[in-house]
Amino acid sequence: MSLQTPLGRVRGLGSAKSGTHHWWMQRVTAVALVPLALWFVASLVCMVNADYQAAVDWLSNPLVALLMLLFVVTGLYHLKLGMQVIIEDYLHGWMHVAGMMAMNFGIVILTLGSVLAILKVFL
Amino acid sequence: MAEFRLPANSRFKKGKHWKSAEGAANVRRFNVYRWNEDDGANPRIDTYDVDMDKCGPMVLDAIIKIKNEIDPTLTFRRSCREGVCGSCAMNIDGTNTLACTKAVSDVKGDVNIFPLPHMDVVKDLVPDMTHFYAQYASIKPWMQTETPVPSGKERLQSRDDRAKLDGLYECILCACCSTSCPSYWWNSDRYLGPAILLQAYRWLIDSRDEATGDRLDDLEDPFRLYRCHTIMNCANTCPKGLNPANAIAEVKKMLVTRQG
Repeated sequence: MSLQTPLGRVRGLGSAKSGTHHWWMQRVTAVALVPLALWFVASLVCMVNADYQAAVDWLSNPLVALLMLLFVVTGLYHLKLGMQVIIEDYLHGWMHVAGMMAMNFGIVILTLGSVLAILKVFL
Repeated sequence: MAEFRLPANSRFKKGKHWKSAEGAANVRRFNVYRWNEDDGANPRIDTYDVDMDKCGPMVLDAIIKIKNEIDPTLTFRRSCREGVCGSCAMNIDGTNTLACTKAVSDVKGDVNIFPLPHMDVVKDLVPDMTHFYAQYASIKPWMQTETPVPSGKERLQSRDDRAKLDGLYECILCACCSTSCPSYWWNSDRYLGPAILLQAYRWLIDSRDEATGDRLDDLEDPFRLYRCHTIMNCANTCPKGLNPANAIAEVKKMLVTRQG
């Protein structure tokens, strides 16, 4: 029990004066992902019956490699922003800190791993 | 952690059934949430059969009739009985609304009445609004200016600027929207919720107010403002037909705009 006033409790530690960048980046990446995702899905559909060598040849095209990098990095950044919102919504206290750390580590590993894989095929 | 199930001492049981008098032709059944701090028991659902031929058309008419004629221990807030004061906000037929503007005939089958969701209950249908009102106070809901009032005159506002307050000034702070918002359920300790954010926007958009920047500073917070995920329950449930979600979106737009 606390005898803190209701207003004191509401004011808490004050405004973090942040969140706008996060919110805006979520919109920007969402807009960027519309053409990138369409391109990616269309490309996959076009290669449904292609073999391994055809896929390697496809990814060796500089434009394709560039779009692929953009798609993967933008998509994973968008995923990070969304996961952060879910963690903030549902996890509090030490679970929040642990959840954010695990999520960020996972995103960095996925991003660098994906970039490495694309570059390995391209180069 | 978000709570997905009521704590054991909050789960409700079946309560008493108050049958209507013999010979009543037009009977509607009301299932009403009952709880009081004194008897130490779990909440219960009491059932009242009400003769609608001897009752006004609104849910508030029915629960006033229940209190007057059937069970005087039933407790709820009410005042204006015409949708202006916001006192009788409660969850009726699964939706937060005002008992005084909700017609019994609009409900199919039994009329289920609960207090506003995810609020501490004082007694029966009376929720504890302390935190909600403190959140309202925290946004400084009054005009803040440095320019002195023109002597002998009011502060002027153009018709166009006055029109910007339409859809905002009508809010009666009944808390139907805030208590319908899952984000408010999980994080109301820090998230201001749709009602308070609509009120905040009402002062942000007022052409006479001179504290817009300070107000935006206070709102710019991952929890106070950005817990809104555009779920839109607020706009669906508002008994005054307002759109708090749109007001929140406008606040977010203002914050992006000032980033340059």
